[in-house]
Amino acid sequence: MNPRRFMALLIKESRQILRDPSTFLIALVLPLILLFLFGTAVSLDVREVRIGLALEDDSAVASSLGMAFRNSRWFDVTFARELASLEPELVAGKLRGIIVIPQDFGARMESGQAQATIQIITDGSLPNTASFVANYAQGVQTQWAQGEALDHGVAAERPINLIPRFWFNPELTSRDFLIPGSIAIVMSMIGTLLTALVVAREWERGTMEALMATPVAMSELLASKVLPYFILGLGSVALCTGLAVFVFGVPFRGSIPGLLAVSSAFLVPALGQGLLISAIAKNQFVASQMALLIGFLPSMVLSGFIFEIASMPVPIQIITYAVPARYLVPSLQTLFTVGDIWPMFLHSIAILLGFGLIYFALAIRVTHRRIA
Amino acid sequence: MANPVPAAVLSNVSRRFGKARAPALDNISLEIRPGLMTGLVGPDGAGKTTLIRLLAGLIDHDEGEVTVLGKPATEADRKRIGYMPQRFGLYEDLSVIENLRLYAELRGLPTGKWDDRFAELLRFTDLGAFTERLAGRLSGGMKQKLGLACALVETPELLLLDEPGVGVDPLSRRELWAMVRKLTEAGIAVLWSTAYLDEAEKCEEVFLLSEGRLIHAGPPGDLTREAAGRCFRMRGDGPGKRRLLAGLVADPAIRDATIQGASVRFLTNAGASPPKGAEPVPARFEDAFVDRLGGGPKGHSLLAEHYRAVPENDLPAIEAHQLTKRFGPFTAANGIDFKVPRGEIFGLLGPNGAGKSTTFKMLCGLLTPTSGDGRVAGHNLRHSRSAARRSLGYMAQKFSLYGDLSVRQNLNFFAGAYGLTGAKRREALGRMVEIFHLGPYLRQNAGGLPLGFKQRLSLACAVMHEPPTLFLDEPTSGVDPIVRREFWSHINGLVEKGVTVLVTTHFMEEAEYCDRILVIYRAEQIALGSPDVLKRDAATPDRPDPTLEEAFISLIEASESKDEAA
Repeated sequence: MNPRRFMALLIKESRQILRDPSTFLIALVLPLILLFLFGTAVSLDVREVRIGLALEDDSAVASSLGMAFRNSRWFDVTFARELASLEPELVAGKLRGIIVIPQDFGARMESGQAQATIQIITDGSLPNTASFVANYAQGVQTQWAQGEALDHGVAAERPINLIPRFWFNPELTSRDFLIPGSIAIVMSMIGTLLTALVVAREWERGTMEALMATPVAMSELLASKVLPYFILGLGSVALCTGLAVFVFGVPFRGSIPGLLAVSSAFLVPALGQGLLISAIAKNQFVASQMALLIGFLPSMVLSGFIFEIASMPVPIQIITYAVPARYLVPSLQTLFTVGDIWPMFLHSIAILLGFGLIYFALAIRVTHRRIA
Repeated sequence: MANPVPAAVLSNVSRRFGKARAPALDNISLEIRPGLMTGLVGPDGAGKTTLIRLLAGLIDHDEGEVTVLGKPATEADRKRIGYMPQRFGLYEDLSVIENLRLYAELRGLPTGKWDDRFAELLRFTDLGAFTERLAGRLSGGMKQKLGLACALVETPELLLLDEPGVGVDPLSRRELWAMVRKLTEAGIAVLWSTAYLDEAEKCEEVFLLSEGRLIHAGPPGDLTREAAGRCFRMRGDGPGKRRLLAGLVADPAIRDATIQGASVRFLTNAGASPPKGAEPVPARFEDAFVDRLGGGPKGHSLLAEHYRAVPENDLPAIEAHQLTKRFGPFTAANGIDFKVPRGEIFGLLGPNGAGKSTTFKMLCGLLTPTSGDGRVAGHNLRHSRSAARRSLGYMAQKFSLYGDLSVRQNLNFFAGAYGLTGAKRREALGRMVEIFHLGPYLRQNAGGLPLGFKQRLSLACAVMHEPPTLFLDEPTSGVDPIVRREFWSHINGLVEKGVTVLVTTHFMEEAEYCDRILVIYRAEQIALGSPDVLKRDAATPDRPDPTLEEAFISLIEASESKDEAA
């Protein structure tokens, strides 16, 4: 490694980054868009789901339960006298579920019969929402029943009173774990896509040919491609973290050294992937397609960022072990919502560096100082 | 010759890309010696780039040995080799001086020598005024010079230049040549690769490649001598020259014939006596090359024979009336005005960026003129653009067909695009396949065709609908002389049938085929006349018989000095 040549290449690369609008776009504008998207538009929380309530019984207990649904923060309730008038709305997709309080509801309650039942009809074509409606409707009913019992001076029949408490994310806002996760996506983009693109561009424009005819060593060339994008990647992480905390109000309970350590470790395999792609694909189109396929999409889908890994089929779960982002996303989420859990971080860092080693070894193996 | 150690030696080198294909280089042995201008000459696809990349240590060879500066090429000291790839290797988003500095660092030029060396290179390349300009904003000729400067930051012992003259107008080419020439005087070994055979004549030593084989190695004169005493010229005024050419081509005693202005230049078979009235001319490198390849193509154009006769018409076939195009404050073409009668080959000639493409595009209906008017086959380009477009066949510079479609699919597509359907389309397709012998290639992808067949397919696609006018954009630059002759024999035949042809080029050999030439420079038309008239006007006492290139350069220089005076 000749320091002069390496510096010259670094300066060249930095100038190009500063002058090329597309680099800027991927490193700055894209993270902003992603962050705003995940911070505002995408939300896994369900609030104010529109449901129908068929109040077929006009007893006082029945209307009291009806009011309990109306007052719930989870539902936006349309009342009706019978089920038949709500059905078309459900079929048209205007309602996500219907609660039926049957005619004999009041009578059953009065007679103290085992349990008065209500019917919950949900739209099975949207399974997530359906199970949400079912669970929360049951919750509303249980709470109401408890309140009723108290009102009547009856002590809670249950020996154990369940009071739900959520740790780490008490508000249960999905934003708090989506935004840290999207930082992982941004890093994959910069590390893999940008690196693959800039090397492919050298091939496309014929500058690689000219470089290879100079005394420059391939290791200097590769290093000069890695270092600037490493720094750019960290810069992007800083930008995203700042936005997450100050604009979206995501808590940051960990420490900056922790964030730095985890994200640096992730950039190693991401950059390695980028170099490997660029050694195989010598034009920007193919390089970007490969980066999307082996970098971006797995990070998005298989990292547990949006879809829970535990609920994937086992073969897919096995595949996720080969996705570096899988080790980053939980660490980042922990860093933001819990704090520094170093044993977990070190474990992830070790695995990420291992991946990085493999990618770099492969990249160096397939990069030749030959153009055909 | 008691020359010093050669800078590079190839012995029995072969290189193949893909097993099925013919070798790119086939058993080549040659030596490149210091202090000489060595030309690597051959048409596109002959193996020039492969050979240069072997020398630069950028690809591996299959057989033989490549030795550069005493070591195998891939291990040679790269500091001592200067290499300029075909695409210059410049960073377009770095400025001129930043490019220079980058290559100075990479080549390890001591910092203390920078200022002097840069000043020298900038003076040498005439780029001193543009040091802060981004390389991407330079003109083609300037990029070329900067590319050369970057290859020269540390004076190399071996300089490899891959087609430095391609895509550059004759003026810039000549300047570049002079720059490199000076280097050989300093004892550098220079390898200059080119598809222009006229450049070969100016080299001290020439390696002539054709289809991967070395046809000639040694001073160009050695080869040219083979054709000495067999070259003649005959006048055939006006359209008569094309009939004269057809007659000469058919003559078994004639090995090769081409049009040169109003005359036909030809090469007789060894021992054959020239026809009456022929005036002897000095042999050229190209004559000997064609002789080696077995002579020019014989026979007449089947395409022309089957083509419909374009009806006589008093109206000009192509007409430009005060055509002007401005892009913002920049005038790309200003008051271009000419008429081309039916059955004429008309050339637009000019350096890069002079405005010939703009003029050409306005006449094709691809650009709307800012002011002025144009007509093609009587159709006004402003009001009946699509009718005008239907009456022309267009053949783009380089290969612009769909490489991923088969030959048949390409033909089918263009037939459809020009509105041929049903029986008419089948008939046109069959005719093209027969005329251009495309039968064996019909199912093959067009991108993988041999160059000569690509050329034929491009022409077939342009003329399938039998248009009365043909627009050609540098149709034969870089192709081998045999393919070029075949191409022009078709064009000449079509012109006899009344087709009108508009050619843009900065390739002098193409310009020679034109009946008249319009020279465009800095958006203005600066001369209009037949090649012979332009040459005659450029004649001076010490240069009584200038070439078309010399005429062109002197026209441009005259226009420049007029501009400066004004």
